[in-house]
Amino acid sequence: MVAGPPDHHRIVITGIGLTAPNGNTLAEFREALLARRSGVRPYEIRYVGQTLAGVCTFDELKYQKKKDLRRGTRAGSVAIYCANEAIADSGLDWPNIDKAQVGIYIGVTEHGNVETENEIFELKGFDYDTKFWSHHHNPRTVANNPAGEISLNLGITGPHYTIGAACAAGNAGLIQGVQMLRLGEVDLALAGGVSESIRTFGIFASFKSQGALASHDDPTKASRPFDVQRNGIVVAEGGCMYVLERYSDARARGAKIYGEIAGYNMNSDASDFVLPNPQRQAECLDRALRRAKLSPDEIDIVSTHATGTTSGDAQECQALRRVFHASGRTSFNNAKSYIGHAMGAAGALELAGNLPAFDDHVCHPTINVDELDPDCTLDGLVINEPRELPRARTILNNSFGMLGINSVLIVSKV
Amino acid sequence: MTTVDIRKAVLDILSNIAPDEDLSQLKDDVPFREQLELDSMDFLDIVMELRKRYRVQIPEDDYLELRSMESTVAYLEPLMRDLQKA
Repeated sequence: MVAGPPDHHRIVITGIGLTAPNGNTLAEFREALLARRSGVRPYEIRYVGQTLAGVCTFDELKYQKKKDLRRGTRAGSVAIYCANEAIADSGLDWPNIDKAQVGIYIGVTEHGNVETENEIFELKGFDYDTKFWSHHHNPRTVANNPAGEISLNLGITGPHYTIGAACAAGNAGLIQGVQMLRLGEVDLALAGGVSESIRTFGIFASFKSQGALASHDDPTKASRPFDVQRNGIVVAEGGCMYVLERYSDARARGAKIYGEIAGYNMNSDASDFVLPNPQRQAECLDRALRRAKLSPDEIDIVSTHATGTTSGDAQECQALRRVFHASGRTSFNNAKSYIGHAMGAAGALELAGNLPAFDDHVCHPTINVDELDPDCTLDGLVINEPRELPRARTILNNSFGMLGINSVLIVSKV
Repeated sequence: MTTVDIRKAVLDILSNIAPDEDLSQLKDDVPFREQLELDSMDFLDIVMELRKRYRVQIPEDDYLELRSMESTVAYLEPLMRDLQKA
Protein backbone atom coordinates (compact mmCIF):
# COMPACT_ATOMS: atom_id res chain seq x y z
CA MET A 1 0.00 0.00 0.00
CA VAL A 2 1.34 3.41 -0.99
CA ALA A 3 1.94 5.62 2.05
CA GLY A 4 -0.04 8.84 2.07
CA PRO A 5 1.48 12.26 2.65
CA PRO A 6 2.64 13.11 6.19
CA ASP A 7 -0.07 14.53 8.46
CA HIS A 8 1.21 18.10 8.21
CA HIS A 9 0.84 17.97 4.43
CA ARG A 10 -2.69 16.68 4.63
CA ILE A 11 -5.05 19.62 4.41
CA VAL A 12 -8.58 19.41 5.77
CA ILE A 13 -11.75 21.50 5.85
CA THR A 14 -12.83 22.42 9.36
CA GLY A 15 -15.27 25.27 8.80
CA ILE A 16 -17.74 26.37 6.14
CA GLY A 17 -19.56 29.67 5.76
CA LEU A 18 -21.75 30.39 2.78
CA THR A 19 -24.52 32.37 1.21
CA ALA A 20 -26.39 30.96 -1.77
CA PRO A 21 -29.60 32.13 -3.42
CA ASN A 22 -31.41 29.30 -1.61
CA GLY A 23 -29.69 29.25 1.76
CA ASN A 24 -27.44 31.23 4.06
CA THR A 25 -25.88 28.36 5.99
CA LEU A 26 -24.63 24.95 4.88
CA ALA A 27 -27.61 23.32 6.59
CA GLU A 28 -30.10 25.59 4.79
CA PHE A 29 -28.33 25.14 1.46
CA ARG A 30 -28.23 21.36 1.81
CA GLU A 31 -31.88 21.21 2.85
CA ALA A 32 -32.84 23.24 -0.23
CA LEU A 33 -30.79 20.98 -2.50
CA LEU A 34 -32.46 17.85 -1.14
CA ALA A 35 -35.89 19.50 -1.32
CA ARG A 36 -35.15 20.55 -4.93
CA ARG A 37 -35.78 24.20 -4.07
CA SER A 38 -34.49 26.77 -6.55
CA GLY A 39 -33.12 30.17 -5.59
CA VAL A 40 -33.63 31.84 -8.99
CA ARG A 41 -36.04 34.77 -9.15
CA PRO A 42 -37.05 37.66 -11.40
CA TYR A 43 -34.47 40.41 -11.32
CA GLU A 44 -34.15 43.87 -12.81
CA ILE A 45 -30.94 45.70 -13.62
CA ARG A 46 -30.26 48.96 -15.42
CA TYR A 47 -30.15 48.96 -19.22
CA VAL A 48 -30.91 45.22 -19.43
CA GLY A 49 -34.30 45.51 -17.73
CA GLN A 50 -36.24 42.46 -16.55
CA THR A 51 -34.22 39.28 -16.35
CA LEU A 52 -33.53 36.43 -13.90
CA ALA A 53 -30.86 35.98 -11.25
CA GLY A 54 -29.83 34.05 -8.17
CA VAL A 55 -30.08 36.62 -5.36
CA CYS A 56 -28.73 36.16 -1.83
CA THR A 57 -30.53 37.30 1.30
CA PHE A 58 -27.92 36.95 4.03
CA ASP A 59 -27.99 39.47 6.90
CA GLU A 60 -25.50 42.12 5.78
CA LEU A 61 -25.42 43.65 9.25
CA LYS A 62 -24.57 40.44 11.08
CA TYR A 63 -20.83 41.14 10.86
CA GLN A 64 -20.70 44.67 9.45
CA LYS A 65 -22.00 48.08 10.45
CA LYS A 66 -23.95 50.28 8.05
CA LYS A 67 -20.85 52.40 7.53
CA ASP A 68 -18.83 49.33 6.51
CA LEU A 69 -21.49 48.48 3.93
CA ARG A 70 -21.39 52.00 2.59
CA ARG A 71 -17.58 52.07 2.37
CA GLY A 72 -17.08 48.61 0.90
CA THR A 73 -18.38 46.46 -1.91
CA ARG A 74 -21.05 43.77 -2.16
CA ALA A 75 -18.32 41.22 -2.87
CA GLY A 76 -16.58 42.36 0.29
CA SER A 77 -19.82 42.02 2.22
CA VAL A 78 -20.40 38.49 0.91
CA ALA A 79 -16.81 37.58 1.72
CA ILE A 80 -17.01 39.00 5.25
CA TYR A 81 -20.25 37.16 5.99
CA CYS A 82 -18.89 33.84 4.71
CA ALA A 83 -15.52 34.17 6.43
CA ASN A 84 -17.06 35.00 9.80
CA GLU A 85 -19.55 32.15 9.48
CA ALA A 86 -16.76 29.73 8.55
CA ILE A 87 -14.66 30.77 11.54
CA ALA A 88 -17.64 30.42 13.88
CA ASP A 89 -18.37 27.00 12.37
CA SER A 90 -14.78 25.86 12.80
CA GLY A 91 -14.76 26.12 16.57
CA LEU A 92 -11.37 27.85 16.45
CA ASP A 93 -10.39 29.89 19.51
CA TRP A 94 -10.35 32.91 17.21
CA PRO A 95 -9.37 35.64 19.72
CA ASN A 96 -6.20 33.68 20.52
CA ILE A 97 -5.27 32.75 16.97
CA ASP A 98 -2.13 34.43 15.65
CA LYS A 99 -3.71 36.59 12.94
CA ALA A 100 -0.38 36.99 11.18
CA GLN A 101 -0.48 33.28 10.38
CA VAL A 102 -3.87 33.38 8.64
CA GLY A 103 -4.06 33.75 4.86
CA ILE A 104 -7.06 34.80 2.80
CA TYR A 105 -7.40 33.35 -0.70
CA ILE A 106 -10.54 34.15 -2.65
CA GLY A 107 -11.43 33.15 -6.18
CA VAL A 108 -13.27 35.75 -8.23
CA THR A 109 -14.44 35.80 -11.81
CA GLU A 110 -14.13 39.54 -12.01
CA HIS A 111 -14.03 42.49 -9.68
CA GLY A 112 -14.53 46.16 -10.24
CA ASN A 113 -17.29 46.05 -12.84
CA VAL A 114 -20.03 46.83 -10.32
CA GLU A 115 -18.34 49.90 -8.90
CA THR A 116 -17.23 51.22 -12.27
CA GLU A 117 -20.67 50.86 -13.81
CA ASN A 118 -22.23 52.60 -10.80
CA GLU A 119 -19.79 55.47 -10.92
CA ILE A 120 -20.19 56.02 -14.65
CA PHE A 121 -23.95 55.95 -14.22
CA GLU A 122 -23.68 58.60 -11.46
CA LEU A 123 -21.19 60.64 -13.48
CA LYS A 124 -23.66 60.88 -16.36
CA GLY A 125 -25.81 62.98 -14.02
CA PHE A 126 -22.92 65.41 -13.66
CA ASP A 127 -22.22 65.59 -17.38
CA TYR A 128 -19.21 63.28 -17.10
CA ASP A 129 -17.25 65.84 -15.11
CA THR A 130 -14.66 63.70 -13.30
CA LYS A 131 -14.58 66.19 -10.40
CA PHE A 132 -17.58 64.15 -9.28
CA TRP A 133 -15.83 60.77 -9.54
CA SER A 134 -15.64 58.95 -6.22
CA HIS A 135 -12.41 58.78 -4.22
CA HIS A 136 -13.68 55.35 -3.13
CA HIS A 137 -13.39 53.95 -6.63
CA ASN A 138 -9.82 52.69 -6.38
CA PRO A 139 -10.05 50.84 -3.07
CA ARG A 140 -13.37 49.40 -4.18
CA THR A 141 -12.13 48.13 -7.52
CA VAL A 142 -8.66 46.79 -6.79
CA ALA A 143 -8.82 43.05 -7.46
CA ASN A 144 -7.91 42.14 -3.87
CA ASN A 145 -10.86 44.11 -2.48
CA PRO A 146 -13.02 41.20 -1.24
CA ALA A 147 -10.06 39.56 0.50
CA GLY A 148 -8.87 42.89 1.85
CA GLU A 149 -12.26 43.62 3.36
CA ILE A 150 -12.06 40.32 5.26
CA SER A 151 -8.59 41.30 6.47
CA LEU A 152 -9.93 44.64 7.76
CA ASN A 153 -13.05 43.13 9.30
CA LEU A 154 -11.25 40.32 11.13
CA GLY A 155 -7.92 42.00 11.83
CA ILE A 156 -6.03 39.40 9.80
CA THR A 157 -2.46 40.46 9.12
CA GLY A 158 -1.41 37.45 7.08
CA PRO A 159 -1.44 37.60 3.28
CA HIS A 160 -4.66 38.29 1.40
CA TYR A 161 -5.44 38.31 -2.31
CA THR A 162 -7.89 37.12 -4.89
CA ILE A 163 -7.32 34.66 -7.65
CA GLY A 164 -8.88 35.48 -10.99
CA ALA A 165 -9.79 32.24 -12.75
CA ALA A 166 -13.14 32.98 -14.37
CA CYS A 167 -15.70 30.37 -13.38
CA ALA A 168 -12.99 28.05 -12.11
CA ALA A 169 -12.09 30.57 -9.43
CA GLY A 170 -13.86 28.92 -6.49
CA ASN A 171 -11.75 25.78 -6.85
CA ALA A 172 -8.71 27.96 -7.50
CA GLY A 173 -9.18 29.78 -4.19
CA LEU A 174 -9.26 26.47 -2.34
CA ILE A 175 -6.25 25.15 -4.22
CA GLN A 176 -4.29 28.27 -3.35
CA GLY A 177 -5.14 27.81 0.33
CA VAL A 178 -4.00 24.18 0.25
CA GLN A 179 -0.73 25.12 -1.43
CA MET A 180 0.05 27.96 0.96
CA LEU A 181 -0.54 25.71 3.97
CA ARG A 182 1.71 23.02 2.49
CA LEU A 183 4.41 25.60 1.81
CA GLY A 184 4.24 26.74 5.40
CA GLU A 185 3.31 30.30 4.37
CA VAL A 186 0.44 30.32 6.85
CA ASP A 187 -1.06 28.05 9.50
CA LEU A 188 -4.70 28.70 8.66
CA ALA A 189 -6.32 29.50 5.35
CA LEU A 190 -9.63 31.19 4.71
CA ALA A 191 -10.22 30.05 1.14
CA GLY A 192 -13.10 29.97 -1.29
CA GLY A 193 -14.90 32.14 -3.80
CA VAL A 194 -17.33 35.06 -3.96
CA SER A 195 -19.53 36.73 -6.54
CA GLU A 196 -21.30 40.08 -6.67
CA SER A 197 -21.77 39.68 -10.39
CA ILE A 198 -25.53 40.20 -10.52
CA ARG A 199 -24.92 43.86 -9.75
CA THR A 200 -23.12 44.47 -13.02
CA PHE A 201 -25.39 44.88 -16.04
CA GLY A 202 -22.42 44.19 -18.31
CA ILE A 203 -22.31 40.50 -17.48
CA PHE A 204 -26.00 40.03 -18.26
CA ALA A 205 -25.76 42.06 -21.45
CA SER A 206 -22.67 40.21 -22.62
CA PHE A 207 -24.18 36.78 -22.07
CA LYS A 208 -27.30 38.00 -23.85
CA SER A 209 -25.27 39.25 -26.81
CA GLN A 210 -23.56 35.88 -26.88
CA GLY A 211 -26.96 34.14 -26.91
CA ALA A 212 -26.12 32.54 -23.58
CA LEU A 213 -28.48 34.23 -21.09
CA ALA A 214 -31.25 31.90 -19.92
CA SER A 215 -34.91 32.79 -20.04
CA HIS A 216 -38.04 30.96 -18.92
CA ASP A 217 -41.54 31.93 -17.84
CA ASP A 218 -40.88 30.17 -14.56
CA PRO A 219 -37.66 31.57 -13.04
CA THR A 220 -37.09 28.39 -11.02
CA LYS A 221 -36.91 26.40 -14.27
CA ALA A 222 -34.61 28.70 -16.21
CA SER A 223 -31.34 27.06 -15.17
CA ARG A 224 -31.64 23.63 -16.72
CA PRO A 225 -28.28 21.99 -17.44
CA PHE A 226 -28.47 18.84 -19.58
CA ASP A 227 -32.10 19.45 -20.55
CA VAL A 228 -32.80 19.51 -24.27
CA GLN A 229 -34.57 22.90 -23.90
CA ARG A 230 -31.76 24.59 -21.98
CA ASN A 231 -31.05 28.07 -23.32
CA GLY A 232 -28.27 29.53 -21.25
CA ILE A 233 -26.93 30.82 -17.98
CA VAL A 234 -28.66 32.34 -14.99
CA VAL A 235 -26.26 34.75 -13.33
CA ALA A 236 -26.05 34.48 -9.53
CA GLU A 237 -24.31 36.06 -6.61
CA GLY A 238 -23.06 34.13 -3.63
CA GLY A 239 -20.07 33.08 -1.62
CA CYS A 240 -18.51 30.17 0.16
CA MET A 241 -15.47 30.37 2.40
CA TYR A 242 -13.71 27.43 4.01
CA VAL A 243 -11.40 27.19 6.97
CA LEU A 244 -8.50 25.01 5.86
CA GLU A 245 -5.86 23.73 8.21
CA ARG A 246 -3.30 20.97 8.44
CA TYR A 247 -4.76 17.63 9.47
CA SER A 248 -2.23 17.45 12.32
CA ASP A 249 -3.48 20.77 13.74
CA ALA A 250 -7.15 19.91 13.25
CA ARG A 251 -6.75 16.58 14.97
CA ALA A 252 -4.77 18.09 17.85
CA ARG A 253 -7.59 20.49 18.70
CA GLY A 254 -10.35 17.91 18.15
CA ALA A 255 -11.85 19.85 15.25
CA LYS A 256 -14.85 18.68 13.29
CA ILE A 257 -13.45 17.69 9.89
CA TYR A 258 -15.68 17.95 6.82
CA GLY A 259 -13.19 16.30 4.52
CA GLU A 260 -9.65 16.26 3.21
CA ILE A 261 -8.39 17.80 -0.01
CA ALA A 262 -7.29 14.55 -1.64
CA GLY A 263 -6.09 16.10 -4.87
CA TYR A 264 -6.53 18.78 -7.48
CA ASN A 265 -5.41 19.92 -10.88
CA MET A 266 -5.68 22.97 -13.09
CA ASN A 267 -4.87 23.31 -16.76
CA SER A 268 -5.77 25.41 -19.77
CA ASP A 269 -7.51 24.58 -23.02
CA ALA A 270 -5.33 26.93 -25.08
CA SER A 271 -7.92 26.71 -27.83
CA ASP A 272 -10.69 29.35 -27.60
CA PHE A 273 -11.82 32.45 -25.72
CA VAL A 274 -15.16 30.94 -24.79
CA LEU A 275 -15.68 27.45 -26.23
CA PRO A 276 -14.67 24.61 -23.90
CA ASN A 277 -12.32 21.80 -24.93
CA PRO A 278 -13.41 18.34 -23.79
CA GLN A 279 -9.98 16.82 -24.48
CA ARG A 280 -8.27 19.28 -22.11
CA GLN A 281 -11.04 18.88 -19.55
CA ALA A 282 -10.53 15.10 -19.62
CA GLU A 283 -6.77 15.62 -19.21
CA CYS A 284 -7.41 17.86 -16.22
CA LEU A 285 -9.66 15.20 -14.66
CA ASP A 286 -7.16 12.42 -15.37
CA ARG A 287 -4.29 14.27 -13.79
CA ALA A 288 -6.31 15.27 -10.72
CA LEU A 289 -7.22 11.63 -10.17
CA ARG A 290 -3.61 10.50 -10.67
CA ARG A 291 -2.34 13.10 -8.20
CA ALA A 292 -4.96 11.97 -5.68
CA LYS A 293 -3.95 8.34 -6.34
CA LEU A 294 -7.57 7.52 -7.08
CA SER A 295 -9.13 5.67 -9.97
CA PRO A 296 -12.37 6.94 -11.52
CA ASP A 297 -14.41 4.18 -9.90
CA GLU A 298 -13.30 5.41 -6.50
CA ILE A 299 -15.16 8.69 -7.04
CA ASP A 300 -18.65 8.55 -5.56
CA ILE A 301 -19.99 11.96 -6.59
CA VAL A 302 -18.94 14.27 -9.40
CA SER A 303 -20.28 17.80 -9.07
CA THR A 304 -20.47 18.94 -12.67
CA HIS A 305 -19.73 22.47 -13.83
CA ALA A 306 -22.55 22.55 -16.44
CA THR A 307 -24.03 26.03 -16.73
CA GLY A 308 -26.97 25.39 -19.03
CA THR A 309 -25.34 26.35 -22.32
CA THR A 310 -25.98 24.12 -25.29
CA SER A 311 -22.38 23.37 -26.13
CA GLY A 312 -20.76 23.61 -22.69
CA ASP A 313 -22.94 20.99 -21.04
CA ALA A 314 -22.52 18.53 -23.91
CA GLN A 315 -18.76 18.96 -24.01
CA GLU A 316 -18.37 18.45 -20.28
CA CYS A 317 -20.38 15.23 -20.59
CA GLN A 318 -18.06 14.16 -23.39
CA ALA A 319 -15.05 14.68 -21.12
CA LEU A 320 -16.73 12.92 -18.20
CA ARG A 321 -17.73 9.93 -20.31
CA ARG A 322 -14.14 9.63 -21.48
CA VAL A 323 -12.80 9.53 -17.92
CA PHE A 324 -15.59 7.70 -16.08
CA HIS A 325 -16.88 5.33 -18.76
CA ALA A 326 -15.61 2.27 -16.91
CA SER A 327 -16.61 3.40 -13.43
CA GLY A 328 -20.14 2.12 -13.16
CA ARG A 329 -20.52 3.51 -9.65
CA THR A 330 -19.97 7.25 -9.95
CA SER A 331 -22.97 9.57 -9.56
CA PHE A 332 -23.10 12.99 -11.23
CA ASN A 333 -25.07 16.04 -10.17
CA ASN A 334 -25.25 19.81 -10.60
CA ALA A 335 -25.99 22.72 -8.24
CA LYS A 336 -26.29 25.44 -10.90
CA SER A 337 -29.69 23.97 -11.79
CA TYR A 338 -30.87 25.36 -8.43
CA ILE A 339 -28.98 28.58 -7.90
CA GLY A 340 -27.71 29.61 -11.31
CA HIS A 341 -24.07 30.34 -12.00
CA ALA A 342 -22.44 31.95 -8.98
CA MET A 343 -19.32 32.84 -10.97
CA GLY A 344 -16.31 33.05 -8.64
CA ALA A 345 -18.28 31.37 -5.86
CA ALA A 346 -19.60 28.56 -8.05
CA GLY A 347 -16.99 25.86 -7.46
CA ALA A 348 -16.75 26.61 -3.76
CA LEU A 349 -20.53 26.57 -3.24
CA GLU A 350 -21.13 23.50 -5.37
CA LEU A 351 -18.56 21.52 -3.39
CA ALA A 352 -20.15 22.59 -0.10
CA GLY A 353 -23.57 21.45 -1.27
CA ASN A 354 -22.19 17.94 -1.74
CA LEU A 355 -20.02 17.58 1.39
CA PRO A 356 -22.89 16.54 3.69
CA ALA A 357 -23.20 13.42 1.52
CA PHE A 358 -20.25 12.03 3.50
CA ASP A 359 -22.66 11.79 6.44
CA ASP A 360 -26.09 11.23 4.90
CA HIS A 361 -24.97 9.23 1.81
CA VAL A 362 -27.39 11.13 -0.43
CA CYS A 363 -26.46 12.54 -3.82
CA HIS A 364 -28.60 15.59 -4.57
CA PRO A 365 -29.86 15.68 -8.15
CA THR A 366 -29.55 18.07 -11.02
CA ILE A 367 -33.06 19.53 -11.30
CA ASN A 368 -35.10 20.89 -14.21
CA VAL A 369 -34.31 17.99 -16.53
CA ASP A 370 -37.67 17.43 -18.22
CA GLU A 371 -36.08 15.80 -21.23
CA LEU A 372 -32.42 14.78 -21.13
CA ASP A 373 -30.42 15.89 -24.14
CA PRO A 374 -28.99 12.72 -25.77
CA ASP A 375 -25.65 14.57 -26.07
CA CYS A 376 -25.64 14.80 -22.27
CA THR A 377 -26.09 11.10 -21.61
CA LEU A 378 -24.04 10.20 -18.58
CA ASP A 379 -24.31 6.90 -16.74
CA GLY A 380 -24.96 7.79 -13.14
CA LEU A 381 -26.42 11.25 -13.77
CA VAL A 382 -28.85 11.86 -10.88
CA ILE A 383 -31.87 13.59 -12.38
CA ASN A 384 -34.59 15.45 -10.52
CA GLU A 385 -34.69 13.18 -7.45
CA PRO A 386 -32.01 12.70 -4.79
CA ARG A 387 -30.39 9.28 -4.78
CA GLU A 388 -29.20 7.28 -1.78
CA LEU A 389 -25.75 5.90 -2.31
CA PRO A 390 -24.26 2.71 -0.90
CA ARG A 391 -21.23 4.75 0.02
CA ALA A 392 -20.07 8.36 -0.20
CA ARG A 393 -16.38 8.87 0.52
CA THR A 394 -15.07 10.96 -2.38
CA ILE A 395 -16.36 14.02 -4.21
CA LEU A 396 -14.83 15.40 -7.38
CA ASN A 397 -15.66 19.04 -8.12
CA ASN A 398 -15.44 20.39 -11.69
CA SER A 399 -15.20 24.05 -12.57
CA PHE A 400 -14.30 25.42 -15.99
CA GLY A 401 -14.01 29.01 -17.10
CA MET A 402 -13.60 31.38 -20.02
CA LEU A 403 -10.27 31.60 -21.75
CA GLY A 404 -10.18 27.84 -21.22
CA ILE A 405 -9.24 27.58 -17.54
CA ASN A 406 -10.07 24.19 -16.04
CA SER A 407 -10.00 23.13 -12.40
CA VAL A 408 -10.74 19.88 -10.63
CA LEU A 409 -10.75 19.43 -6.86
CA ILE A 410 -11.16 16.09 -5.08
CA VAL A 411 -12.27 15.86 -1.45
CA SER A 412 -12.34 12.64 0.53
CA LYS A 413 -13.88 11.69 3.81
CA VAL A 414 -11.42 11.44 6.67
CA MET B 1 -29.72 79.28 2.80
CA THR B 2 -29.59 80.39 6.42
CA THR B 3 -27.00 79.08 8.87
CA VAL B 4 -29.75 76.84 10.26
CA ASP B 5 -30.31 75.43 6.76
CA ILE B 6 -26.58 74.98 6.24
CA ARG B 7 -26.23 73.16 9.56
CA LYS B 8 -29.09 70.87 8.60
CA ALA B 9 -27.49 70.22 5.21
CA VAL B 10 -24.19 69.24 6.82
CA LEU B 11 -25.98 67.06 9.38
CA ASP B 12 -27.80 65.31 6.56
CA ILE B 13 -24.51 64.58 4.81
CA LEU B 14 -22.99 63.33 8.08
CA SER B 15 -25.94 60.99 8.65
CA ASN B 16 -25.17 59.36 5.28
CA ILE B 17 -21.45 59.10 5.99
CA ALA B 18 -21.82 57.90 9.59
CA PRO B 19 -25.13 55.99 9.56
CA ASP B 20 -24.41 54.10 12.77
CA GLU B 21 -23.77 57.20 14.88
CA ASP B 22 -26.26 59.12 16.99
CA LEU B 23 -25.96 62.68 15.70
CA SER B 24 -28.65 64.16 17.93
CA GLN B 25 -26.08 64.92 20.64
CA LEU B 26 -23.48 66.41 18.32
CA LYS B 27 -21.61 69.32 19.91
CA ASP B 28 -21.01 72.06 17.38
CA ASP B 29 -17.83 73.41 18.98
CA VAL B 30 -16.10 70.05 19.38
CA PRO B 31 -14.14 68.66 16.41
CA PHE B 32 -16.00 65.96 14.46
CA ARG B 33 -13.14 63.48 14.91
CA GLU B 34 -13.48 63.68 18.68
CA GLN B 35 -17.16 62.77 18.58
CA LEU B 36 -17.53 60.52 15.56
CA GLU B 37 -15.48 57.81 13.92
CA LEU B 38 -14.45 59.69 10.80
CA ASP B 39 -11.31 59.13 8.79
CA SER B 40 -9.77 61.06 5.90
CA MET B 41 -11.95 59.28 3.32
CA ASP B 42 -15.02 60.37 5.27
CA PHE B 43 -13.91 63.99 5.18
CA LEU B 44 -13.48 63.68 1.45
CA ASP B 45 -17.03 62.35 1.38
CA ILE B 46 -18.22 65.56 3.06
CA VAL B 47 -16.37 67.62 0.44
CA MET B 48 -17.78 65.47 -2.38
CA GLU B 49 -21.38 65.60 -1.12
CA LEU B 50 -21.21 69.40 -0.80
CA ARG B 51 -19.93 69.47 -4.36
CA LYS B 52 -22.59 67.07 -5.68
CA ARG B 53 -25.59 68.49 -3.81
CA TYR B 54 -24.74 72.21 -3.78
CA ARG B 55 -21.96 72.64 -6.36
CA VAL B 56 -19.81 74.07 -3.58
CA GLN B 57 -16.10 73.68 -4.36
CA ILE B 58 -13.78 73.52 -1.39
CA PRO B 59 -10.07 73.84 -2.17
CA GLU B 60 -7.77 71.35 -0.45
CA ASP B 61 -6.10 74.14 1.55
CA ASP B 62 -9.45 74.85 3.24
CA TYR B 63 -10.21 71.30 4.38
CA LEU B 64 -9.11 72.25 7.92
CA GLU B 65 -12.16 74.53 8.13
CA LEU B 66 -14.34 71.41 8.21
CA ARG B 67 -13.04 70.28 11.59
CA SER B 68 -16.23 70.98 13.57
CA MET B 69 -19.87 71.84 12.85
CA GLU B 70 -19.31 75.40 14.06
CA SER B 71 -16.27 75.96 11.83
CA THR B 72 -17.92 74.19 8.87
CA VAL B 73 -21.07 76.30 9.00
CA ALA B 74 -19.04 79.49 9.41
CA TYR B 75 -16.90 78.53 6.41
CA LEU B 76 -19.83 77.56 4.22
CA GLU B 77 -22.09 80.51 5.06
CA PRO B 78 -20.68 82.97 2.50
CA LEU B 79 -20.56 80.19 -0.12
CA MET B 80 -24.08 78.94 0.43
CA ARG B 81 -26.08 81.97 1.61
CA ASP B 82 -27.42 82.60 -1.92
CA LEU B 83 -28.31 78.97 -2.65
CA GLN B 84 -31.72 77.35 -2.49
CA LYS B 85 -32.21 74.51 -0.02
CA ALA B 86 -31.66 71.13 -1.73
